[in-house]
Amino acid sequence: MLEITDLKVAIEGKEILHGVNLSIKSGETSVLFGPNGSGKTTLLMTIMGFPRYRVTGGSISYQGKDVTHATLDERARLGIGISFQRPPVVRGVKTRDMVLASLKDKNQTEMVNSLAGKTDLLDFLDRDINHGFSGGEIKRSELMQLLAQQPEMVLLDEPESGVDLENISLIGRLINELLQKSSPMHGRNSMGLIITHTGHILEYVNARNGYIMLDGIISCQGDPREILNEIKARGYEQCAKCTFRSAQNVC
Amino acid sequence: MSVNNKEKAKSAANKPAIMGEDVDLTKFTREAAPLKYQTDPSKLSVATKKKMLEAGVMLDNPDQRTGTFIQIDNTPVHSSVKQEGVEVMPVSQAIQKYDWLGDYYWKAVNVDTDKYTASVELGQNDGYFIRTTPGTKTDFPVQACLYLSKAKLAQNVHNIIIAEENSELHIITGCTTALGNEPGMHLGVSEFYIKKGAKITFTMIHGWNPEFAVRPRTAAIIEDNGLFLSNYVLMKPVKTIQMNPIARCNGENATARFNSVLVSTPGSNMDVGSRVYLNGKGSRTEIISRAITTGGYITARGYIEGNAPEVKGHLECRGLLLENKGAIHAIPELKGTLPGIDLYHEAAVGKIAEEEVEYLMARGLTREEATATIVRGFLRVDIEGLPQMLNEELKRAIKDSEKDLM
Repeated sequence: MLEITDLKVAIEGKEILHGVNLSIKSGETSVLFGPNGSGKTTLLMTIMGFPRYRVTGGSISYQGKDVTHATLDERARLGIGISFQRPPVVRGVKTRDMVLASLKDKNQTEMVNSLAGKTDLLDFLDRDINHGFSGGEIKRSELMQLLAQQPEMVLLDEPESGVDLENISLIGRLINELLQKSSPMHGRNSMGLIITHTGHILEYVNARNGYIMLDGIISCQGDPREILNEIKARGYEQCAKCTFRSAQNVC
Repeated sequence: MSVNNKEKAKSAANKPAIMGEDVDLTKFTREAAPLKYQTDPSKLSVATKKKMLEAGVMLDNPDQRTGTFIQIDNTPVHSSVKQEGVEVMPVSQAIQKYDWLGDYYWKAVNVDTDKYTASVELGQNDGYFIRTTPGTKTDFPVQACLYLSKAKLAQNVHNIIIAEENSELHIITGCTTALGNEPGMHLGVSEFYIKKGAKITFTMIHGWNPEFAVRPRTAAIIEDNGLFLSNYVLMKPVKTIQMNPIARCNGENATARFNSVLVSTPGSNMDVGSRVYLNGKGSRTEIISRAITTGGYITARGYIEGNAPEVKGHLECRGLLLENKGAIHAIPELKGTLPGIDLYHEAAVGKIAEEEVEYLMARGLTREEATATIVRGFLRVDIEGLPQMLNEELKRAIKDSEKDLM
């Protein structure tokens, strides 16, 4: 279980998150909506432990352990994994190296080719990671690395952005595999938190809870599809009004 | 060697090099005791063989070598060759055998370039001669080792390498020393002649010590459709090295490629570059260097001059600073003398990007593991045109030296 309590986060001295509360149970997937600059990526990066995102208040608890000040790699080894929206190019480091580095069981090197086959990236294994990759190739590469890492807490930052229609169903299948969606909920260990702008991914991945982030706070919670319809119909501005009704925390 | 060359050398005996710090040659001796010839080089001492192996020279299991040349101090102690059409011998022996060899002396390198070339002419202590006859292709590389065992010796060698028309010659050469921390100097002139349709790959691994001064002087002349591919690795400490090998692509569609991997530790001063003159129509070049400092200084130079139609050149210099000391000075230069040429360069010097380290850490690697992975990637060389076996050997040499770096 991931439990975030009254989380305040600053970047270079400026507070971006102003007291976020969120909990995700094992087996559950949540979706985070919000306009650009609302703090969604900040929340994911803070959960992952990137040092640039400084926690100034509140706490993050993962599987009963306070990880608020754990380092990035410690959190990765505890089972938190992230798919980057815009990962860096690392010249000389091959995609194969990244998958090998990500492997939960370092002895299972034979898995690399099967994961590359599954993500349609066999031709990319010996290329520098992310160098010259299209938007869709980057997303598949990120998911391939996560499938090697097998995290229990899966953080996905706009997994469908830049992906063409042909590939989005593959992305959906890969996310479902990561989140063990084929197992009954009580049998799953994985949990997910997905940022989406367009909501397209909801056509392929089932999520239990939806949240809207506005100006660094979670303003709204409810069924993700209903929230998406609400946003499409009325825009985020209406959700801001919803903030006033957040005593029930339901739109 | 002509009287004319001797006169020119004498006139340049005190001429400092235009690059790199001046080395006082009077602090070194040219004299070293003659050594016994070794018919079986595997009988050299275990310590010597280990040093040579680190520089890519295999003496215990030379099955994958077409020929072997070893010079210790001033004495060629072994030369042998297994393949017809390939010649490997001391240059002193070759000059006796071939009266035409004088035509190749000081034709690619000018004898009066500086006091180091002059020193080699005036006090030469042998060197190697390697040649492939027309149409011959080496099955395996020829290996050559220039080895110093006497302290304060300046080893003056002159090497002549000729690939006759349509031949293919692969060479791996290791220059190294037995001396732990005692001073020594290596002065090596190497002249390469790549005839029409011929190919030479030359992979050189240096392993010196923190008190060594090194001044190689290398040039290659490449005729029509010829290829010269030079790979250079220096990852061990050295006091001072300055080299700027020259390739003259004189023939149509001649190609020169230089790859270098440099690691400069504290106290090391490296000034290493490559110069290519694209004089033949359609000739091309690629110069790629990777430089890392852990506290030493590196000047990484590159110069391409396009003097003929339809030439292409690419120069890439990347430098990585791993500590808050030392420096890398990249100097890429391009010169075009007529329209229709295509030359470009890219250079970047900096620290490892924190964003890249964090990307790897997000997959569970520690900061140290992530840094090591990025450095390994930075030094990775996949060289087009180099036989797979040599590529693997080059990678292994780099990997072995990485242990000292991390």
